[in-house]
Amino acid sequence: MKQLLILSGKGGTGKTTIASAFIKLSKAKAYADCDVDAPNLHLITKQSSQPKKTDYYGLPKAEIDTDLCIECGQCMQNCRFDAISADEKYKVDPFACEGCGVCELVCPVGAVSLKPAVAGELMLYADKEEVFSTAQLKMGSGTSGMLVTEVKKQMKSAADGVEFAIIDGSPGIGCPVIASLSGVDMVLIVAEPSISGISDMERIINTAAKFGVKTVVCINKFDTNMQNTEKIERFCIDHEINLVGRIAFDSDAVKAINNGQTIVDIDCNSGAAVKAVYNKTMELLLEKGGGLRS
Amino acid sequence: MRIAVLSGKGGTGKTLVSVNLAAAAKISTYIDCDVEEPNGHLFFKPENIQEEEVHVRIPKVDGKLCNGCRKCVDFCKFNALAYIKDKLIIFEDICHSCGGCILLCPEKALTEKEKVIGKIQKGASDQVTVYTGILNTGEPSGIPIIKKLLNENKPERNKTIFIDCPPGSACIVMESIKDADYCILVAEPTLFGVHNLNMVYELVKLFNKPFGVVLNKCLDGENPSEQFCIEKNIKIIGRIPFDSELGMLNSNAEIAVRKSERYRTIFSSLLETVKKEVHHETTSNS
Ligand code: SF4
Ligand code: SF4
Ligand code: SF4
Ligand code: SF4
Repeated sequence: MKQLLILSGKGGTGKTTIASAFIKLSKAKAYADCDVDAPNLHLITKQSSQPKKTDYYGLPKAEIDTDLCIECGQCMQNCRFDAISADEKYKVDPFACEGCGVCELVCPVGAVSLKPAVAGELMLYADKEEVFSTAQLKMGSGTSGMLVTEVKKQMKSAADGVEFAIIDGSPGIGCPVIASLSGVDMVLIVAEPSISGISDMERIINTAAKFGVKTVVCINKFDTNMQNTEKIERFCIDHEINLVGRIAFDSDAVKAINNGQTIVDIDCNSGAAVKAVYNKTMELLLEKGGGLRS
Repeated sequence: MRIAVLSGKGGTGKTLVSVNLAAAAKISTYIDCDVEEPNGHLFFKPENIQEEEVHVRIPKVDGKLCNGCRKCVDFCKFNALAYIKDKLIIFEDICHSCGGCILLCPEKALTEKEKVIGKIQKGASDQVTVYTGILNTGEPSGIPIIKKLLNENKPERNKTIFIDCPPGSACIVMESIKDADYCILVAEPTLFGVHNLNMVYELVKLFNKPFGVVLNKCLDGENPSEQFCIEKNIKIIGRIPFDSELGMLNSNAEIAVRKSERYRTIFSSLLETVKKEVHHETTSNS
């Protein structure tokens, strides 16, 4: 399965808007939303069926049996994540606990145990036509990288034999992004022509390069700052990164999204521009050794 | 007074709001906790930068002492250890620095070394003290950097502190708002915006924090985020129009408050509203 991952340094650049347009244009049979912290793709890729839901268990969390606890304080002293407090009784703050098991290890009376904890929910929409894998992380669960891996696994196993998949990645450069990068064939970075957008883009390019994934860039809302758009283009040329196009700011895009439509469902400028971006991207994805050096 | 600025996702204007509020407050502290992609410093362009590395402790093994019992491998919940070909291998990038393996090794073969995961920069921009946390690429968690950023600024209670939070509602955000006196939620006028707003709304409710919403990029016509606030009875404390002057200033990393009289007025009045809200909260809770 060839996998195209769509990333942006940060949200708000139009990553999901572009991902949903790509899904429409390619008639993708398999796609996934890896932004498990704040998934949005399901809002515009209309699903006919109800999803199959599965609880996702992250790392377990510690629990203290206060009847057994002799209040020796060992667990609190050794917890590196400040997750144990002793206001009246010793107790674990589940939001801070990383499930490392140190408290269980040090407790002299066996008062601590690690209990499985639901960290999120995986959702799979699958019918004859297409497979859509997504998830929602429960608030304050720290293990989003692992859930991202599950979302991709779920898509792959449900879409056995499908040749092409589109993945809406997660923002940032941390563990969820690293997890979404693993195993993909190409990354499309959606960059915004602002000073911060450029800084975000550079960081994402470095991360992708670290994992040896080839990278292409498109510029969204390019006309909001021409100078910065040129800066991005210069950067890409200097670093031998393929540019796959520019998309102008388009208030019709907002209207489309608010109606639960993609920008290629209506007749608008951004929709036309994204088609060109799509064609160029697919060309590079399918050509051997296209994109970045690697 | 500590004010945290949140949004369900990046790109909604969280940095815009926190940077401009800090600039409008004049004497203040701005802390950029978005350690994966700190952007505030691009606006403030702080001077006299002092830099400090942030370390975590990770294990190192003395191969002569290790007898290969694998107790540490079995213990490590993050699979950061493996014993392969008569050698203990430590995957530094996935180690969570819990210290468990070191405590447990019966041969005392494991000790700790420090590993740099990022840095903190402190600088000044006019009267604003600017703190920036920067996580090195490839590191799994920025929480140690955020803890350091926030703990070091505890004594400055008399100054107004603006915390630019990481996007989302994961544990890293919780760390950033834990000690906040007030939370500002920034929302975009789209369907996505509402979905993301709902998440941070759940978060501040869970933490029982006083909060209000700033509607950003307001266009004419329908604003799904505004409707959400009305339905949930959430206080809207400010509205920032979508306009190209602000867009241009912002995309060039200029601070609108310092460049435009109009925006100085908008953000100063937002600041007054926030102060009043915080004051109101403290009196009604005491
Ligand atoms: S499992 Fe680890 S993080 Fe959780 S309370 Fe115990 S020592 Fe702390
Ligand atoms: S280590 Fe065990 S006995 Fe000691 S305070 Fe913790 S839970 Fe209680
Ligand atoms: S617990 Fe100690 S002795 Fe045993 S494998 Fe680990 S490092 Fe080696
Ligand atoms: S410190 Fe904790 S996470 Fe790191 S290797 Fe040891 S047991 Fe694993």
